[in-house]
Amino acid sequence: MKNIDSFNHVRGESRYLDDIPLIQGTLFGVALGASVAHGIIKKLDLSEALALEGIVRIFTDKDITGENQIGGIVPDEPLLADHHVHFSGMPIAFVVAETEEIAREALKKIKVEIEALPVITDPREAQAKGELIVPPRTFRIGDTDAAWQDCAYVFEGKADTNGQEHLYIETQGAYAVPLENGVIKVYSSTQGPTAVQRAVCKVLGVPMHQIEVDVTRLGGGFGGKEDQANTWAALCALATHVLKKPVKYSLHRMEDMAMTGKRHPYSTDFKIGLSRELKILAYEATFFQNAGAAADLSPAVLERTLFHSVNTYFIPNVRVTGNSCRTNLPPNTAFRGFGGPQGMFVIEAAIVKAAESIGVEAAQIQRINLNKTGDEFHYGQIAQSESQACWEKALEIYGFDQMKEAVGAFNKANLLHKKGLALMPVCFGISFTNTMMNHARSLVHVYSDGSVNVSTGAVEMGQGVNTKILQVAAQVFSLNADKIRINSTNTFRIANTSPSAASATADLNGKATLIACTEILKRLKKVASDELKIDAKEIELKNELVLAGGAETGLDWKRLVALAFMKRVALSEHGHYATPEIHFDKTKEKGHPFAYHVYGTAITEVTIDCLRGTYEVDAVKVVHDFGTSMNPVIDKGQIEGGIVQGIGWMTLEELIYDKEGKLKSNALSTYKVPDIYAVPKKIEIDFLQTEQDNLAIFRSKAVGEPPLMYGIGAYFALRNAVKAFNPAAELPFDAPMTAEKVLLGLYAGKY
Amino acid sequence: MLLLDFIRYHQHLTGTKIGCREGDCGACTVLLGELKTELNQESALNYRSVTSCLTPLGNVQGKHVVSIEGINMQELNPIQKAMSDESATQCGFCTPGFIMSLSGFCLSRKEPSPENAIASVDGNICRCTGYKSIERAVACVSDLLKTRDNTEPALFAAEQKILPAYFSGIRERLLKMEAYEFSGKEGSNARFVGGGTDLYVQKHDEMTHASIRFMLEDQSLKGIEIADNKCILGASSTVTDFGENPALQSYFPELKAYIKLISSTPIRNIATIAGNFVNASPIGDLTIFFLALETELELSDGKNVRTIPLRKFHTGYKQLDKRPEEFITRLWFELPFPNSKFNFEKVSKRTHLDIASVNSALSLQLENDAQGNEIISKALLSAGGVGPTPVFLEKTAAFLKGKTPDESLIIDIIKIAQTEIKPISDARGTEVYKRLLLSQLIKAHFLKFFPQLKAEALL
Repeated sequence: MKNIDSFNHVRGESRYLDDIPLIQGTLFGVALGASVAHGIIKKLDLSEALALEGIVRIFTDKDITGENQIGGIVPDEPLLADHHVHFSGMPIAFVVAETEEIAREALKKIKVEIEALPVITDPREAQAKGELIVPPRTFRIGDTDAAWQDCAYVFEGKADTNGQEHLYIETQGAYAVPLENGVIKVYSSTQGPTAVQRAVCKVLGVPMHQIEVDVTRLGGGFGGKEDQANTWAALCALATHVLKKPVKYSLHRMEDMAMTGKRHPYSTDFKIGLSRELKILAYEATFFQNAGAAADLSPAVLERTLFHSVNTYFIPNVRVTGNSCRTNLPPNTAFRGFGGPQGMFVIEAAIVKAAESIGVEAAQIQRINLNKTGDEFHYGQIAQSESQACWEKALEIYGFDQMKEAVGAFNKANLLHKKGLALMPVCFGISFTNTMMNHARSLVHVYSDGSVNVSTGAVEMGQGVNTKILQVAAQVFSLNADKIRINSTNTFRIANTSPSAASATADLNGKATLIACTEILKRLKKVASDELKIDAKEIELKNELVLAGGAETGLDWKRLVALAFMKRVALSEHGHYATPEIHFDKTKEKGHPFAYHVYGTAITEVTIDCLRGTYEVDAVKVVHDFGTSMNPVIDKGQIEGGIVQGIGWMTLEELIYDKEGKLKSNALSTYKVPDIYAVPKKIEIDFLQTEQDNLAIFRSKAVGEPPLMYGIGAYFALRNAVKAFNPAAELPFDAPMTAEKVLLGLYAGKY
Repeated sequence: MLLLDFIRYHQHLTGTKIGCREGDCGACTVLLGELKTELNQESALNYRSVTSCLTPLGNVQGKHVVSIEGINMQELNPIQKAMSDESATQCGFCTPGFIMSLSGFCLSRKEPSPENAIASVDGNICRCTGYKSIERAVACVSDLLKTRDNTEPALFAAEQKILPAYFSGIRERLLKMEAYEFSGKEGSNARFVGGGTDLYVQKHDEMTHASIRFMLEDQSLKGIEIADNKCILGASSTVTDFGENPALQSYFPELKAYIKLISSTPIRNIATIAGNFVNASPIGDLTIFFLALETELELSDGKNVRTIPLRKFHTGYKQLDKRPEEFITRLWFELPFPNSKFNFEKVSKRTHLDIASVNSALSLQLENDAQGNEIISKALLSAGGVGPTPVFLEKTAAFLKGKTPDESLIIDIIKIAQTEIKPISDARGTEVYKRLLLSQLIKAHFLKFFPQLKAEALL
């Protein structure tokens, strides 16, 4: 089943935030961002801006009716700067005017004097100065200190990954509309409607039942609209609360890029020890996460880095420490993979370092150390592993040995072009690592005419979650898709939701829907049983017909529903699901945090132009553990999209901040994401079908985040290609591998 | 006002999306249809995709504007169906832009190959799908046009129900529209706007209330003429006009490949050549291209006309030898001789739809000396991204004159070239990189011209 939104999408009829027809009297807001990354506001002169005709009000921190605080995990983030500016782009004032043009005109007339303070952009510098968001955390298993003595090889090194701009094509925004009795309806482009509701309530100083947050869909999220949608919603709602008028703010791209946080850059020290037989005996890593100026989700992101720091390998002795370092960049935030990719890059770099030093192929070390069912992760969970199955199948069906030979032959025969090959196995845990977030609700109404409405906490942002939820209802009721509607996500229908994140949205909300539908079905079967005087166990609903013992009964779905209604049977249900089995003890850093893991292996082949330093990705060939995919079309789309986004992060997407903390790559002209020519020429995806029971909805494993990490293979494939040309080159582990780094690597020591 | 704002906020047609407002994402792509008389005797209906975020309303006068709402029918049209069937839409936000680019392809006269169909979406960014599903959909779209003969594309599309039936009557409706004429009331301090593709990115706010003189549709500034071994281009010729000119394609066999490296289809459709010179970017692709052709510019202030070599036009960072009231009217260059060679190289972070880190063009004229050795009789070398202005590498070029092209000559001129440039570190690359890259591009020029050279001696 294809995405239920596709019909409207291709006609331009799907509605996004900026497409909502405006209510008369709507005002337009624009935020003023700080022009320096760190300093004290000495003067804020609004007079000239306020004198403009059409200006309604300019809000500063003093106008906040509740608390000036939007921090989710740690209360360390003011909505509007009080006297202290912590990052370039930090909102200082919110201009509200009769038109957007006037509001933007007024921005230029606000005079701000900021006394500059020293700026930190480097996480290691921040750590050295004690600027940590939360105390460091360490996960460990075994005893690394003792294990080094048993190692035949020990290597140390450093690995860096840059951040990544989400570049959802729809920018952030919000539209707040006053209703009766002080209630405000906030349309928000957010992955976390409840998070927006909480932030708005805190800032306004009103209870949660006053704030209705509604989300139809997002034009992309990727984590960027998990917590970072709060700011714009709170600003608009504040203005609406005070002015009693609808207020809208849809950010311009450069504002969005300058003011919002991104994937966290990391700098990491690693140490790896191996036996003579290439078994990894010990691994240590110290992560320096560049959190930016406020916590946002950084502690949770860092936690996932620690969880995924050994990727899919079994290592008996591990000690990994994470530092969340406060710098003067915009607060960095969730981004597909949520710290996992940054952790995995480092262990892969460590393996490559070991392989190059020992003189073996990295794949040899990778293969020997893949985990298997029964192995214990360093955080205590026991693996139910498909790691080796994916790896071995990938080698076999894609003919890896032949690929390797062909690449070797090509490199021998060609001087001006070199090919590189890399394997990237992935293991990704599914669940919010914060156990308490793993629950969801679904409200299912069956109307008396037999049509069905489903509301959940899931936010549709292109990942197809609404389609999957519709499939759940359709399957339980055995109904045609056209009988079922999925509603917008709304905090007045579904309360206390977790954000659509952690790849877990379809599992959590799908299971809640399954529970609700199953409950209604039970009641309907009882009605049919009473009506037909047949044991309810014999009753079955199939293709909108009521069957008894497999035979038609003359009753169909519509008549059954009408009958139930007449008999005053409840045709609505609010299903609640909380993931069983999971737990985690932060005092011991041990537990069973994930419902299950998703596995896979990707083979990446690249070609570089050794004259110009440019490159192409020839192919990415994947074996991916889907469990039993409930929607192969959507799941394949997630894999393809994830791979390309991961390759973008690892190759051409380059965030550039200057020493003053200003974003230099602040527009699409300077920050390049893959275009249609930049993607792998070929992407092949093989579905590893597994029969193991798991906690996924219909045993269809989560697919949102895991494929992004296949993109890491592109980095190492490029590195191998550079080495094929210039074996002596000493290449730091420093992603992304831009065309610049490739060229400088090709000629390292030669120019 | 820009066409995008007019469509969304005045006409309340919200299918056209805003992604970046600088022509770099394609979410706002729409089509402009017009009657062109120069293609053949009978005026031909011609559609092009454009980014509405960079199109001032003044450039739309007399044209058929098609937003996604204008191609919707009761059922999905086959372009939409292909995108939907192949699951080439996820969040859907970029999708209308892709659909419009593909519609533009169906309305163009381009050969309906899969490569050309892909090229039509080279200005559209999608952050969800990874493009593979889009590639599959695009292949279906190019198949739709396989049976097209010489029928006018709009008629064919209407007949085949690719697009709504009303497209068959557009020609008549355009014929009835009055031709646009300059009012001449713009005032003496009017801003000149060509395609607007750079101006509206750099100076968007300034333009909002500026008095504007629209140059793009000024017929006196249009046209590409080839006479007496000279190519004369009207200043408002677009990059597409230039790249698609059959005569120029024969003079520059790789022209299509060069053009493919320059921005994207919807931008090239409106960006003018003179605009690339006037925006004075030190890295303007066309400026670099034309510098190596010894291009001459003709400037006018409406009364007086003067000519100036392009080489002398850029006097400093974003500084021009041009008075505010002057504008470029024409430009010309000598066409390559049979015994001359030309090559353009560009490297950017992303190969397509990106600004160069370094670009360079080299043209050589060759002759045989008394001993029958091939020697360089004339050389013109340009480079962008290596100084505050587009650079004409005068000393390097002079050194080449009279020399036989061999490996050691290339090593020598690279050293000279390095003395003629002053790159800075910025978002496009570090100084070290740009220096190395220019050397590499010079090698690339020569390896293309003289494949017999030993590459290993140069690496």
